[in-house]
Amino acid sequence: MADEPLVLGIETSCDETGVGIVRGHTLLADAVASSVDTHARFGGVVPEIASRAHLEAMVPTIQRALDQAGIAASDLDGVAVTAGPGLAGALLVGVSAAKAYAYALGKPLYGVNHLASHICVDQLEHGALPEPTMALLVSGGHSSLLLAPDITADVRPLGSTIDDAAGEAFDKVARVLNLGFPGGPVIDKYAKEGDPDAIAFPRGLTGPRDAPYDFSFSGLKTAVARWIEARRNAGEEVPVADVSASFQEAVTDVLTRKALRACRDEGVDHLMIGGGVAANSRLRAMAEERCAAAGITLRVPRPKLCTDNGAMVAALGAEMVARNRAASAWDLPADSSLPVTEPHVPAPSPHHAHDHDHVHETSRKNLYA
Amino acid sequence: MLALDTATPAVTVALHDADGDRTLAAAHQVDARRHGELLLPCVERVLEEAGRKLAEVTDLVVGVGPGPYTGLRVGLVTAEAFAAALGQRVHGVCTLDGLAYASGLDEPFVVATDARRKEVYWARYDDARTRVGGPAVDRPAAIEEQVAEVPSVGAGAVLYDSVFRGVRRDLPTEQSAAALARLAAERLAGGAELLPPRPLYLRRPDAQVPAGYKVVTPR
Ligand SMILES: [Zn+2]
Repeated sequence: MADEPLVLGIETSCDETGVGIVRGHTLLADAVASSVDTHARFGGVVPEIASRAHLEAMVPTIQRALDQAGIAASDLDGVAVTAGPGLAGALLVGVSAAKAYAYALGKPLYGVNHLASHICVDQLEHGALPEPTMALLVSGGHSSLLLAPDITADVRPLGSTIDDAAGEAFDKVARVLNLGFPGGPVIDKYAKEGDPDAIAFPRGLTGPRDAPYDFSFSGLKTAVARWIEARRNAGEEVPVADVSASFQEAVTDVLTRKALRACRDEGVDHLMIGGGVAANSRLRAMAEERCAAAGITLRVPRPKLCTDNGAMVAALGAEMVARNRAASAWDLPADSSLPVTEPHVPAPSPHHAHDHDHVHETSRKNLYA
Repeated sequence: MLALDTATPAVTVALHDADGDRTLAAAHQVDARRHGELLLPCVERVLEEAGRKLAEVTDLVVGVGPGPYTGLRVGLVTAEAFAAALGQRVHGVCTLDGLAYASGLDEPFVVATDARRKEVYWARYDDARTRVGGPAVDRPAAIEEQVAEVPSVGAGAVLYDSVFRGVRRDLPTEQSAAALARLAAERLAGGAELLPPRPLYLRRPDAQVPAGYKVVTPR
């Protein structure tokens, strides 16, 4: 059982109610109910609407995943759930459901980190993660460069966005162009028809003195908006395809450049890209080119596993079981700002051994390089 | 029968033996911000104290509110998930009905809980078992005429006692899962249909369609 644990994972950190079931590195079910259409007219995710939708969808989505996987709930080796980070009210629905299922079934509960789950999902696509794994996570909620020597116990943040997340920039630019919400897919579509070199938009935080692994997309977003407004004020047509392509080029250029630099600096020969923006076709293509040129193996899961889903939570839960990590307690809180350095939230041990380990591990840089 | 309610600041759980009409064990903790953390340990304690397993429970009773949203959902999703995992029946009961039942009053009265934002959730009753109006959510001042002169129970009445002048401080102000369970058992025995386990929010989510796009170019 320890090698191929059968785990159900629940993800409700934003607007997708996701339930996945995996056996070790094998995906058995990936059921998702999304409330994105309800949020569209508000131009972004409304937390209370998301929470209400999670409550409606939670139990039916779990049933659907169990049916899809063709297993009985009593066969499970554990129940994993996103404990954070995310929207507090939304997380709470998933955490409460996971506890109730785990308790009712007499199975261990694993409260896991949403970001670590985005990395671990790649095990369902490309097999065991290399150790360490370099991961670039980009979505509407996060843009981070992470180094994970052990996805169940040691994840180190190298850099992250200092303002907007990459996905947020897509949403905002789409709004200026009147393309609706969410912005990612539609900008990707228009960009295919446009010239990426048509407009030289700024590359944030890429100067020699800037933080090498941090991102900034706020200046880019404003530059794009100003450029469009100047055109409109002059009574000229806005070339939507060229703006989309040039904006997208600026985002993906910065993301891949910094990710490759981190790989080089840390001596890591694999790069994993995850999160909703990893579905972007230009990001995938550019990462492929640049990784190939640098001799780095690129790992990007299929788009459905990059966006928020339950399978990624199940994947990390299965790894927790396989590596004998401590289960969570029944009073596991939903923690909207759970730090990425905590891949899971184990029940407090009487010796506090784990906590101390952690501090030392994170302060010792380049342990595995 | 296992009853739970998280629609008010209290997390309240009771194991009830419907045939013997007695509460086997109950737990009660008040902390409006930690429903999610407190509920399952409370369930575990109640079952342990009664020496029973969750799988022995045949019926779940859950308070469906009205209540401030976040806490309310904890109880509902927990009851639903238990029921789905173990094939139990799950029944919803209006949270205010539980408070009314616990009051034991035999005359017209109102129940009010704190809805925050200077409002109360409230309902009118002819007696402890019979709701005749509501539930609704209102500012106390807006319902003064209807509630001022009759007996009232609940934390909302205590909080706004200048409006709820007939507040009965001698009666329970907090929701009790034991009362909820007895009420549900009584109704089920009488062949009544209970509510589905769906939340009574009584308010629309706070969401605004954003006003037009904001120009960033300085003027
Ligand atoms: Zn995510």
